[in-house]
Amino acid sequence: MAYSKKVMDHFENPRNLGKMDDADGVGEVGNAKCGDIMKIYLKINDGIISDVKFNTFGCASAIATSSMATELIKGQKVEDALELSNKAVVEALDGLPPAKIHCSVLAEEAVKAAIADYYTKNGIELDPAIFGSCSGGCENCDHCG
Amino acid sequence: MKTVYVDNAATTAMCDEAVKAMVECMSSAYGNASSLHHIGQEAAEVLFAARQDVADCLNADVNEIYFTSGGTEADNWAIRNAARLGSRKNKNHIISTAFEHHAVLHTLKKLEKEGFEVTYLEVSEDGYVTPEQVRNAIKDETCLVTIMYANNEIGTIQPVKEIGQVCRDKGVLFHTDAVQAVGHVKIDVAEQNIDMLSLSGHKFHGPKGVGALYCKKGISLMGIMQGGAQEKNKRPGTENIPALAGMAAALKKACAELDKNSAYISSLRDKIIDGILPTVPRARLNGGRDARLPGNVSFCFEGIEGESLLLYLDLKGICGSSGSACTSGSLDPSHVLLALGLPHEIAHGSLRISLSEFNTEEEADYIIEELPKVVNRLRDMSPVWERIMKEESENGLQ
Repeated sequence: MAYSKKVMDHFENPRNLGKMDDADGVGEVGNAKCGDIMKIYLKINDGIISDVKFNTFGCASAIATSSMATELIKGQKVEDALELSNKAVVEALDGLPPAKIHCSVLAEEAVKAAIADYYTKNGIELDPAIFGSCSGGCENCDHCG
Repeated sequence: MKTVYVDNAATTAMCDEAVKAMVECMSSAYGNASSLHHIGQEAAEVLFAARQDVADCLNADVNEIYFTSGGTEADNWAIRNAARLGSRKNKNHIISTAFEHHAVLHTLKKLEKEGFEVTYLEVSEDGYVTPEQVRNAIKDETCLVTIMYANNEIGTIQPVKEIGQVCRDKGVLFHTDAVQAVGHVKIDVAEQNIDMLSLSGHKFHGPKGVGALYCKKGISLMGIMQGGAQEKNKRPGTENIPALAGMAAALKKACAELDKNSAYISSLRDKIIDGILPTVPRARLNGGRDARLPGNVSFCFEGIEGESLLLYLDLKGICGSSGSACTSGSLDPSHVLLALGLPHEIAHGSLRISLSEFNTEEEADYIIEELPKVVNRLRDMSPVWERIMKEESENGLQ
């Protein structure tokens, strides 16, 4: 198993790494038992993601996918950020080893969870077609077996 | 960037003596040891000398050493053989431990599917099993006890001699996977009551792809393949003379210098353990400190994940290993750390540093300097660590 140069670059130099005290939306997915947790903070102005930060517990690809996902949604409209797919994250990283694809799924879910939090705080109803039944709380999720 | 290679439990760099022995074989003793002409007989002499050297290092007889392709084959062979002997007498019970190497565990799992019953002894939280546990687990149907000499991840050395004595008392065969121990600790198969023992060349600065099975005289050993008469008709195929000469040279050197190396390597080990544990909070040493391989350091750091730890260390030139799920290719962290009773979330943050006599004081200092920085870097970005710190401060306020 080898990581692409892009994965290693985002692992070595993660973009948008950090926390945010005045975030408009915060999403956390994954659980420590499975070995990866991602937390994404969003600052939203006029429907645009003006700033984004992340914290991640996990392997190199978990860190790299979080970093890439934040890069891809920064400056985007919230609705556009909701379209972010795990596939787009994988492609932007020039691929991930098969065993690591779940990290990109987690990154997509972290973005959705942060936006769901923003919507909830602002009284906007969550569209089940987009957010599904996942509330972002992963303690009881059997996603990782 | 300097390279600090501290993954010697995975494999070692070859020593000059082993390289020299191999090159000599390849350039001059190139014959087939089964050929009667003088070139063949030169190879046969190398083969005999190598077998004698390996036997001497274990205090075994030269006729008790069978060369194999490595530790895995030796483990498979020993266990399969004991199972076959057992089933002849309707004895279908085997005793082992929960933290064996997969070469043993997966062979046992296969035997379970074939109708054998296997008792996996629980391991204490500091990484040991006791002779009493073995004694209590032995039944009339027990045909084999297979317990590793020293654990590959946490370095704990099991009470092999005493376990062997229990097996002798009860008339049960005793095999030990000594892949991590041979060349690093003194082994005497006669004195330690060992019936079968597996070893691997590349764990003591010999070449890869070669190992040996010691099988005590009097134990019927089945062949595993059909072919020529090599290895006393038990393991056919033209002998890999360069590899086994290299292994024998490396083992001879390792055993001759064992006391000196052991004292030196354990001083580096203790320096690293004592340099890290007091300075890094929520770090733990896996495995007890007393009966421990000279070169093994195994830590768990709360709040971080092992693969990213490993790769950040690699960026600083430090080559170690981790039992995290992400490095194992499965979703579960190492079965060894789980066998100690560690929760998944802590076992994910493991790091193994395994030293050899090729490592220096300066390298140990470098690890002591860099490792806490890498742990802190990962903790700074970890939501798990954030939670741990929050809980700690809340508890402090109460």
